Amino acid sequence: MNLTYRDALNQALREEMQRDPDVFLMGEEVGVYQGAYKVSRGLLEEFGPMRVVDTPITELGFAGVGVGAAMVGLRPVVEFMTWNFALLAIDQLVNSAAKMRYMSNGQVGVPAVFRGPGGSALQLAAQHSQAFESFYAHIPGLKVVMPATPADAKGLLKSAIRDDDPVIFIEGEMLYNTKGEVPEGEHLVPLGKADVKRAGRDVTIICHSKTVGVALKAAEELAAAEVEAEVLDLRTIRPLDEEAVVTSVARTHRCVVAEEGWPFAGVGAQVVDIIQREVFDELDAPVIRVTGADVPMPYNKHLERAAKVDAARIVAAVNEVLYR
Amino acid sequence: MAEATTTKSPTRNRGLEPSKAGDYRRWLRQMMLIRRFEEKAGEAYSLGKIGGFCHLYIGQEAVAVGSLAVLGPDDYITCSYREHGHALVRGVSARTVMAELFGKADGCSGGKGGSMHLFDASLGFLGGHAIVGGHIPLTTGMAFAIKYRNTSQVAVCYFGEAAVNNGAFHEALNMAALWKLPAVYICENNRYGMGTALERASAIYDISERASSYDMANEVVDGQDVLVVHAAMMRAVQRARADKHPTLLEVRTYRFMGHSMSDPIHGHYRTREEVEGQRKRDPIGVWSQRLIGEGMIDDAAVRAMDQEVAAEVEDAYQFADQAPDPAPEALYTDVYAHP
Repeated sequence: MNLTYRDALNQALREEMQRDPDVFLMGEEVGVYQGAYKVSRGLLEEFGPMRVVDTPITELGFAGVGVGAAMVGLRPVVEFMTWNFALLAIDQLVNSAAKMRYMSNGQVGVPAVFRGPGGSALQLAAQHSQAFESFYAHIPGLKVVMPATPADAKGLLKSAIRDDDPVIFIEGEMLYNTKGEVPEGEHLVPLGKADVKRAGRDVTIICHSKTVGVALKAAEELAAAEVEAEVLDLRTIRPLDEEAVVTSVARTHRCVVAEEGWPFAGVGAQVVDIIQREVFDELDAPVIRVTGADVPMPYNKHLERAAKVDAARIVAAVNEVLYR
Repeated sequence: MAEATTTKSPTRNRGLEPSKAGDYRRWLRQMMLIRRFEEKAGEAYSLGKIGGFCHLYIGQEAVAVGSLAVLGPDDYITCSYREHGHALVRGVSARTVMAELFGKADGCSGGKGGSMHLFDASLGFLGGHAIVGGHIPLTTGMAFAIKYRNTSQVAVCYFGEAAVNNGAFHEALNMAALWKLPAVYICENNRYGMGTALERASAIYDISERASSYDMANEVVDGQDVLVVHAAMMRAVQRARADKHPTLLEVRTYRFMGHSMSDPIHGHYRTREEVEGQRKRDPIGVWSQRLIGEGMIDDAAVRAMDQEVAAEVEDAYQFADQAPDPAPEALYTDVYAHP
């Protein structure tokens, strides 16, 4: 079925709520308003207000409510209208959700999903355009999942809801309208498995979420110049699929790591660490990272464009690792 | 106000019921156990057997004892980091609490939680939590789960008065009242958030009044009288179970010790005279005198009870001291259910 990323997420939520009565959705505007980004369209009508819960604008509070409900066995899906606002809830995500199992010696888990859009959008300026996956991936106890396609959005969300650990599920704000083939019914994509979105022999471009589309565009341009780039979509940032990274780079011997986030201590820094440790001898060139500019996001559209990762920058980085 | 009730002055301590003499003696014993346990923990801390932070509950015993006596086995409890007493009253053994303070494998959190993170899920004792106010929304979530499943349980949260200036408190209480959740929020007002007096931190001094922002039932309770605490908790739990309406109890108490082991009993922020004045209303003394006066116990029985709890604490100490450390592999277990 050809679906948008938004409707694929909606389908995952609906199917999981039909399957398991302990699954419920809460967050700002998820019910009556049908979701700020319409991911929860129709769910209130189907499942009622006890399972599709509109909350006040109180991220710290309702994130904690989700953690508390999960501690006693429910399986909450907590929607943040955007991950920008979730900064107010980070104590609950880091100090409560991530650590509960460990500090209780395995007695109390938190099977909750925290989801919503992240990454930059269009001219939303500094407080509404940012990528936080490296924050959360830093924390032991959390899993971090970032689908790039409608099919992965559905399959990963279903797996995240069934997972017994707290999952940070970051959707691409600019991906909601993208379309793709999505398997009907039981379609599960396992957490922790990367996916080759385009096979190639000359260079590996490692990316995730919105950057996957950018990398595919770059790969097309490179193909015109007879460079076959492999595009490896991490899909899950934590646990990170080290084997897929190592396997691809060992074959291509060259690598570019692209991400929307800032460069300092970013996801790419972790990927590069794996590569230098595991396949140092296979490399024919230093790995190059392409990241968002190391600045708060500006409003002006020309400045904004300059701050974002685009295909041209990935192509330039690939040419650099190929010494072209 | 629609459903909220406010009691402004400490509830009067009504007469004792002869049929409950057994309960009353049990409360006395529980308070004495906490006292002896905490004294021993302080001693162990000074010997280096307990590390990190250690916050003693001495002076506040009547709050945990009077309130937890009301709960049933299926109810949920969360606490702040001053929770040794609550764990003991809930039924976590003195041995496993002490072993946890010692960081041992036989501790109630396997030695991985310590003094501030005591857990026993089998008793619904869902943690000591150590970010001020951070666990209050968790309790609201547990109360939400109770409503979701339509059971008659109640979720109870203990926190200090310093937490009420924290956003988590307001957010959690607002949602509990908005959604009519079966929760009881117990503010143990011991007058000081670490070294900052209530009057230097809060624009209003009657914490119970905070509940009026949410049209929530509330009471001011004398926390040095176990019977008063018990009676107030009975009303709050009844309101939660029968009416699905939350309550804020402001229980006025006093910490006889410093904030933590590194804080002297008196000094910069409170005087010796103040502490000594408060000690005259020692909850254990108040209650034992009351029971003796009513002929429900005698001096000899109180002394025997004290010896009994001292022996229990000594046994816990020896158990903790001899218990093994967690195995080295425990470092990496229980980070994830499925890594």
